[in-house]
Amino acid sequence: MKQSEDRKKSSSKFKDSLLNTLKGMLFPISAVIFALFVSVFFVMWAKNLGFGESASLLFRSLWKGSFGTKFNFMETLVFTTPLIFTGLAHSLAFKTGLFNIGVEGQFIIGMITAAIVGQIPGIPHILHILLIIATGMLAGGAWAWVPGILKAKLGTNEVVNSIMMNFIGMYLSNYLVMGPFRKPGTASTQLIQDSAKLTRFVSPNDRVNTALFIAIGFAILVYILLWKTTTGYELRAVGTNPDASEYGGISINKNIILAMVLSGALAGLGGATHTSGIQYQANQLFGFPNFGFDGITVALVAKSNPIGVIFSALLFGALNYSSAGLQVVGIPSQIASLIQGIVILFIAAEYGFKIIGAKISAKRKKEAVVNE
Amino acid sequence: MKKFLATALAVILAASMFTGCGKKKTEEKKPEGTKTEEQTKLKIGFVSDQGGINDKSFNQLAWEGIGKAEKELGVEKNNPIESKQVEQYQPNLKTMASNSDLTVGAGFMMAEAMTEVAKQMPDKKFAIVDASIDSPNVLSLLFKEQEGSFLVGVIAGKMTKTNKVGFIGGVEGPVINRFESGFAAGVMAVNPEAGKGLMPIDEKTPGKTVKYIDSFDNVGKAKEAAKMLYNDGCDIVFHAAGGAGNGLFEAAKEMKKYAIGVDADQAQTVPDAKDVILCSMQKKVDVAVYDAIKNFKDGKFEGGKTMNLGIKEDGVDVAPTINPAVPKEVMDEVAKYKEAIKTDKFVVPGTRKELVNYKAPQL
Repeated sequence: MKQSEDRKKSSSKFKDSLLNTLKGMLFPISAVIFALFVSVFFVMWAKNLGFGESASLLFRSLWKGSFGTKFNFMETLVFTTPLIFTGLAHSLAFKTGLFNIGVEGQFIIGMITAAIVGQIPGIPHILHILLIIATGMLAGGAWAWVPGILKAKLGTNEVVNSIMMNFIGMYLSNYLVMGPFRKPGTASTQLIQDSAKLTRFVSPNDRVNTALFIAIGFAILVYILLWKTTTGYELRAVGTNPDASEYGGISINKNIILAMVLSGALAGLGGATHTSGIQYQANQLFGFPNFGFDGITVALVAKSNPIGVIFSALLFGALNYSSAGLQVVGIPSQIASLIQGIVILFIAAEYGFKIIGAKISAKRKKEAVVNE
Repeated sequence: MKKFLATALAVILAASMFTGCGKKKTEEKKPEGTKTEEQTKLKIGFVSDQGGINDKSFNQLAWEGIGKAEKELGVEKNNPIESKQVEQYQPNLKTMASNSDLTVGAGFMMAEAMTEVAKQMPDKKFAIVDASIDSPNVLSLLFKEQEGSFLVGVIAGKMTKTNKVGFIGGVEGPVINRFESGFAAGVMAVNPEAGKGLMPIDEKTPGKTVKYIDSFDNVGKAKEAAKMLYNDGCDIVFHAAGGAGNGLFEAAKEMKKYAIGVDADQAQTVPDAKDVILCSMQKKVDVAVYDAIKNFKDGKFEGGKTMNLGIKEDGVDVAPTINPAVPKEVMDEVAKYKEAIKTDKFVVPGTRKELVNYKAPQL
């Protein structure tokens, strides 16, 4: 009798947690669906077509431009990979209650580091890749350590400092590209050595490469770190309630710095694998490459769940990449950014919805009491 | 949950109403099907860099050249793709090339990607503006910007009253350095005193009245740089900063000074500022692209060739709209130098290195 009750309890517990996850996913998913729905109106506007026609045109070209053909699917994965890294970087910081908007700069530093380290000749392939991964993580981590330690020691806001570090990172990268490491007559560095290039496992013409597996591997690692280790528990504790966790003997400062450095290391790794997998060189930047900023949306939609990041990165990678396919049929490429904007707006407003929801149910309760 | 269901149903109902409307329209929209009949037309594709096709600079000009070709040559232009990131060049070029006969790309940043795509799609033809690619199916269109800049430099050197002229560049690089060097050489040819500030300190450091704003679209930065130059005593400033150059015109209007436009005939394309635009250095990207398409259509596509379009080839020139403040004598002087460059009497420096060793020609 008791045993079956226990089993019932555990099964209902499992059901509850599954339901909770689903409930948690409901909001981001409906936000994406709603965003797609709204964007149809803009297509109607841009193309002067009816609703049904616009919708079918938009969804068909979105699909074709992202997953529909083999080449497009491969390219979607190419644009997904860096988003997994930056999405993870944001998730880790969010979980510790930090907003590391400097992921963009850490990504850039990772890119330029790999472009420089990749030029060292005479290193075996495996070692060279490991070296690039290590230096990329170190450089990105160091870049994030600065705002981290400033926040921990001086209490300055990490958002402001890391935004400023973005610009320093971009201009430092431009200085290195156009100065000491410039390939004469161009606005980029020399190509990296063959030994530093990640393997393109489908065919040499498809840019998708092993960085994708590294990204998925790290997503799992971050999941294990956050939920299966003491360090992860401390990070999350600081994120949920810093005062309570300090009372419990967890150092806030140590964890803030640790979270920033880990977040920066993930971003730097993303940049490094981007160079050694896709670009093979660092280019002069006229603006931010935007993988870091897009990572914010990725993490928000995934609700900072490292495994969820993989899927939301795939979604936004597909959206970003398919903008070219949209332009071919004459749909403005801004539609992709528009969808992203609406998703952010919705998820940012979730808190507002919750408050409204709470108020409504409170009112109902009151009325119910009166009725009695 | 009930509420959610209700909302979902409402949405579906509303959507189905719209779909009803949509279907009717598809029937009306039949004419689009006729396109298939004209598929024998050559298709021209265009991939822009981050500037986009409305950048009031070479992307826009290249796109206009394609538009002109569509009207006059009976080719068909595909919808253009505007790249948002460097890493999109390669897939964008590939996507475009897979349904175009000739794909035009703009910007030296695209060189690496186009080399790769041209190698992967050897049966397609490509043309690139502002970069040189050694590939049998790519035509490279380079311009001798220094020659056109030399001519506007002559005008600036003659017209300056304060004996100080300035230059605003977008981003340091071989292309923009050609503008800078040619302009400085032109000023030096007619007014060595005014050219002093433009002369580079050494091969790497530009002169005192030369400012680089590290952007082709930051209007605010260009305005700030222009104000600094004007406050410093310059009364004429030339820009090679793409769309950001509008900031220069704003500053010139506010401070009642002169500016020199670039790429297009900017007194026409930026009519608000036509009073302060002394003249413009025209880089005829549109003509070059048009000619490339024309040759392609006539079966004379010159793959693997690099065109160096200067004054002789009518690739660069002083734009037709000249401010009335410029007297005829100055334009005569310009014509003299133009003739001299055309007949190879002297070579205009195209880099800072050449500029440092440059001696003004005696005509």
